[in-house]
Amino acid sequence: MKAPNSIIALAVLLMPMPPALAAPRTHTVVIDKMKFGAVPANLRAGDRILWVNKDMFRHTATAKDRSFDVDLQPGARAVSVVRKAGAISVVCRYHPGMRAMLKVTA
Amino acid sequence: MTAKSSLLAAAAAFAIATVAAPVLADSGPTDAQIAHIAYTAGALDVAAAKQALAKSHNKEVREFASTMLRDHEAVNGQALALVKKLGVTPEDNATSQALARQAAETHDRLAKLSGAAFDEAYAKNEAAYHQAVNSALKGTLIPSADNGELKSLLETGLTLFSEHQHHAEHLAAKL
Repeated sequence: MKAPNSIIALAVLLMPMPPALAAPRTHTVVIDKMKFGAVPANLRAGDRILWVNKDMFRHTATAKDRSFDVDLQPGARAVSVVRKAGAISVVCRYHPGMRAMLKVTA
Repeated sequence: MTAKSSLLAAAAAFAIATVAAPVLADSGPTDAQIAHIAYTAGALDVAAAKQALAKSHNKEVREFASTMLRDHEAVNGQALALVKKLGVTPEDNATSQALARQAAETHDRLAKLSGAAFDEAYAKNEAAYHQAVNSALKGTLIPSADNGELKSLLETGLTLFSEHQHHAEHLAAKL
């Protein structure tokens, strides 16, 4: 029975591996002087965004599709997750002139 | 912006420009006067926000007023810390007094209103007030500031107040 077992083991080893699932990454977006800083260009579904409020004012990072809403006191930071592919419009609820657009790929 | 609120803005800008003229006769307001004017402008808007929070039942108006209260208190907190650090004593002046006089008139006019009439008058006045203060910041206060840190804080103020102005205009248009 040794030979067949070896063959099965070999066959298992030779089976094509499923593509490795990309580990979720964390990207930082800095908020300062009444503006959202540069947004990551390579966002994938499942990635995290660390919002860092360096401003002296309280801000929010609020997804218009309601997929996330973080409220940031001056100096605070918080994480949100982009769950699916597509464009997400982000606004500060306190300062509607502050906007950013996230582009998320699958 | 309606004719009425444009008129208000023009009147406020005129008050700042004309009253500032004697102060500006030599070489523009001093940093001590600029600090006083900027702080006064913020404190007056905080007072207006408190009036709105006491009178308005409109959710958007109340949220706007809360933002005004929080943001202007934040800038003024920084301004106080800065003048302390620089050893500057803010100096009262004709421009600060004109701003305060005009804000008192607005406060009394708005005190007689209620409901939607109050909300609309508050939002329009906020748009006009921020426009007037922004004109003063751009035209007089920022160019005249000698200290780099004061100039920088005034520029942050201008960025903030410009957003407030647009926010107020948008709010006024919806009411």
